[in-house]
Amino acid sequence: MTESPPLFVAEHLHKRFGDQVVLEDINLSFNAGSISGIMGPNGAGKSTCFNVLTGMYRPDGGSVFFDGEDVTGLAPERIVEKGISRSFQIMNLFDEFTALENIMVATNRVRHGLHRPFWDLRADSEISHKAAEVLAMVGLTGLENSLASDMSYGQRRALEIAVSLATEPRIVFLDEPTQGLGADGRANLADLIGTLQEKFTLVIIEHDMQFLFRLANRISVIHWGQIIAEGTPDELKANEWVRTSELGKMTTC
Amino acid sequence: MLTTKGKAPIVSRQMLVFFAILLSYPLWADAAGLYEYLGIEIVIFIIYALGFNLLLGYTGLPSFGHGAYFGVGAYGYGLAQLYLDAGFIPGLLLAMLAGTVASGLVALFLSHRRGIYFALMTIAFGQVFWFLAIKLRGLTGGEDGLLNIFRPDIDFGLFQISLKSNFAFYYAVALIAVLVTLLLWRLVHSPFGMAIQAVRMNETRARFVGYQVWWIKWTVFTLSGAIAGLAGGLLNVAQESAFPDTMSLHASGLIVMMVLIGGGFVSFWGPVVGVIVYYLARDLLGSITEAWLLWYGLLFMAVMMFSPEGFAGGWGKLVAWVRRRKQGEVLMGGAQND
Ligand SMILES: Nc1ncnc2c1ncn2[C@@H]1O[C@H](COP(=O)(O)OP(=O)(O)OP(=O)(O)O)[C@@H](O)[C@H]1O
Ligand SMILES: [Mg+2]
Repeated sequence: MTESPPLFVAEHLHKRFGDQVVLEDINLSFNAGSISGIMGPNGAGKSTCFNVLTGMYRPDGGSVFFDGEDVTGLAPERIVEKGISRSFQIMNLFDEFTALENIMVATNRVRHGLHRPFWDLRADSEISHKAAEVLAMVGLTGLENSLASDMSYGQRRALEIAVSLATEPRIVFLDEPTQGLGADGRANLADLIGTLQEKFTLVIIEHDMQFLFRLANRISVIHWGQIIAEGTPDELKANEWVRTSELGKMTTC
Repeated sequence: MLTTKGKAPIVSRQMLVFFAILLSYPLWADAAGLYEYLGIEIVIFIIYALGFNLLLGYTGLPSFGHGAYFGVGAYGYGLAQLYLDAGFIPGLLLAMLAGTVASGLVALFLSHRRGIYFALMTIAFGQVFWFLAIKLRGLTGGEDGLLNIFRPDIDFGLFQISLKSNFAFYYAVALIAVLVTLLLWRLVHSPFGMAIQAVRMNETRARFVGYQVWWIKWTVFTLSGAIAGLAGGLLNVAQESAFPDTMSLHASGLIVMMVLIGGGFVSFWGPVVGVIVYYLARDLLGSITEAWLLWYGLLFMAVMMFSPEGFAGGWGKLVAWVRRRKQGEVLMGGAQND
């Protein structure tokens, strides 16, 4: 196996809010085509890490590289153009749009078509066809014309993922996609994420260790703003901290 | 819940109804106890309100200082006549330009703000323009206003059309309203229209699917400022003068009320309804009592309480209810009531 350089690299990320240091010194790298997991207790800084990687916040130190290019501190809309997208822990949808419109508005073609006043999107079967395909990827076929606000919690979780796929990213960051889902929902989502791996490089924040152990190629554990452990699922299962925290229920830290 | 649904024809059915009423008004106004000049003001404010709703209803950005751009248009038109002898169409284009420049500059400061901060800054800037209109006496005539801007003829080179009569001027305003309506209708049904609604629903998500949100806000604010400037210029033609009052906080608040009472949050046509309701209230209630504005205020409160989505929202609900009943009747064999 030849080692190709990782698709996405973060070096020495540092982020503080006021005098609260949330990210001390974070180093991460994600290989193309892989699924990477991020674990850690509540308040460890996982979401903040995603926020820094995807442009919500500028890091106070360190750099972010995507496909060899320095993307540190770029605004979210620039980050998206590079081929990076994300979902949110607290759902962020266009509630008064239908599922299909949620996807359409997120596509590159629509975004690059703002100067075309005579382009009637809803009459453009190619655009709606493509959007329907994205919905199909997350199992929402048949719900194209449901308002996002009328959908069930689990469907909204799926739509949250679909919207982040609609921008045709190369790498997708998913922040706790299973949050609030029951066992069935989690199992379905795990299957879904398995299928997405063929098309996207994925990074997933997840509290559910079994979920990550099943899916991820590599897992990093964030605690106290540092990466305290890193490795394959098998390596991590043997890790002291992971074992003790799993017994003591990591979520309560 | 203002969303553009379904395929969007260039001209819709409601639009034809609107155009029909608009273009036939002078023919039946008298019979209805109305008058041409009232039509002129109503249509000017419809233009203003439609542009304003692009900002308020579609993009969800509340401006309580839009009177500034309306006023800048009115003064811009007046100054263009006084100093440049510009004529009707160039004068209106300059009024639009004045509205564009003023709102475009302000929007640079606003477009990175949201919510209450955005709203407060619109007020602050609005007050600045109002203050300038009063203080720059040499240019604006101060509190007295800019007077004696006589209506020029429309010059088509080979022939001229006089705007001296309200009848002729009404049709000039109505034609402009038709153009503005077609343009805005097209815009809200285009990808740009979808993007501004996305910004209203979720600004954060809009950024994270790649929209340059500040640019979108800037563009919408400036566009609505340009249309306000055009409407202001037209009001100058109507009144043959420009007054600082059009820029007051009170006047800026009125356009917000008109759009809300009509249902700008739920319908493209909400602003049209709102303007008509306001002027009819002013004229009908005003002929009964001096305190008509009090009654209008109470009407506003009642609408906001019982149909927060305005007249258009109430109408939409009524139509849906009637439809449901009809379907119910069909399902139940027609005869039954529930
Ligand atoms: N914008 C902000 N301003 C101030 N403090 C913040 C901000 N965002 C996050 N924090 C703080 O940073 C710390 C890490 O928060 P973060 O949301 O990254 O944790 P997390 O690992 O995602 O936790 P969870 O598992 O609960 O989602 C918390 O103490 C939080 O209060
Ligand atoms: Mg989090």
